[in-house]
Amino acid sequence: MAAPTEGIELRLLLEAIYQQYHYDFRGYSIASIKRRLKQALERFECGSISRLQDKVLHDPAVFPSLLGLLTVQVSELFRDPLYFKAIREKVVPHLRTYPSLKVWIAGCSAGEELYSFVILFREEGLEERTIFYATDINADALKRAQDGVYPLDQIQLFTENHRNAGGKSSLSDYYTAAYGSARFDRSLRARAVFSDHSLVTDEVFGEMQFVSCRNVLIYFDRDLQNRAIGLFNDSLVRKGFLGLGAKESMRFSSHAEQFTDFVREEKIFQKRGAI
Amino acid sequence: MSNAAPKAVVIGGSAGSLDALSQILPALPQSFPRPILVVVHLPPHRPSVLAEVLQRKCAIAVREAEDKESLEPGTVYFAPPDYHLLVEPDWRIAFCADAPRLYSRPSIDVLFESAADVYRRDLIGLVLSGANSDGALGLHAIAAAGGTALIQSPREAQNAAMPEAALRACPDAAVVETRRIAEVLQALADEHS
Repeated sequence: MAAPTEGIELRLLLEAIYQQYHYDFRGYSIASIKRRLKQALERFECGSISRLQDKVLHDPAVFPSLLGLLTVQVSELFRDPLYFKAIREKVVPHLRTYPSLKVWIAGCSAGEELYSFVILFREEGLEERTIFYATDINADALKRAQDGVYPLDQIQLFTENHRNAGGKSSLSDYYTAAYGSARFDRSLRARAVFSDHSLVTDEVFGEMQFVSCRNVLIYFDRDLQNRAIGLFNDSLVRKGFLGLGAKESMRFSSHAEQFTDFVREEKIFQKRGAI
Repeated sequence: MSNAAPKAVVIGGSAGSLDALSQILPALPQSFPRPILVVVHLPPHRPSVLAEVLQRKCAIAVREAEDKESLEPGTVYFAPPDYHLLVEPDWRIAFCADAPRLYSRPSIDVLFESAADVYRRDLIGLVLSGANSDGALGLHAIAAAGGTALIQSPREAQNAAMPEAALRACPDAAVVETRRIAEVLQALADEHS
């Protein structure tokens, strides 16, 4: 099929999804959404994006499953261990000075990053004073985050990551293995609030000391990246911290001046204090 | 022909491709008229010094790609480890952290398919030495969209599996001897610009 036609179909589909279901993918990176839509065309046996649009609008069972495909994320506990090591060694000493803490995991997907944070905070004695907000637009992902169950064959990688992140305990203290799955302990969720929140259409909901949003902004175009970073800026207390993915930056954001590099190589930024 | 439509080159390789790249890229002039996007399979968990090392030998600019930057002629963009590299319809770089394909992230197929979508016939794709079949489907997509498919001669590749797989998927592709690749790229780029 000619690419220009596909571009038209793609924009029409995203508009249809927005009008009917109020999920706004119109500012997403076209390249990655196209790639995911190709998988969707196979799954729903549609020869073209227009045919998929027909199904999305008229078959209520299709959209939830399409949403899952469009927002699917693969992650690991302590993905990029050096990021968590930098938090432990360089950010935690600052966080200790607060009597209470709020941490926002934006785009938490199936919860791997949330559990990484809670375990790290428990090891550092900060868990009791912290509320963790874990948000995503995908209800299925949030449900999985709340379940905290991961395939057992991932545990070796998670354990290695945890060790490389400077883990002070044994990861096996936090899960029980059964039937090919690792079920993370419910106590890890005691201080977590799970919520549906969109970086595209929703607003600030609290004042945070730390916002972690990793490998979410790469899926956005520059305008949307700018909106999200503005949201993080408005959510953070002065001198609060923002952690992004290894290959994400504020290069194209109008809010860049509000932040300084805190741990440059790990993409941890600090919001400036009062001027 | 008009120069209105941007054009590009995409290159993919794995085991044994660094030797080929070390021959090809230093032979290209600073004025090479297209951006060149490269995926080389690398270990995911450490930063890559590849672009830095190659830059020292090259006249053309060589660096790691950055998310959402515009593609410029005369520049070689390497995919960072652990991310797929894609091209946006407005000729910018995009990354994605979707699952590895053929155990690879970055994946050559993902780059080639995405670039073929955007550049259509204005794309040159090149598959180098490597030990698996990544790049074969991507090169096929480039040819199907009217682009030009090139393959490093499997006889010369340190590891023939990747060029051979590409050739099976894309039997009409031009098989090029390693020492002639830079020259062929230059000729094709000139011819179409």
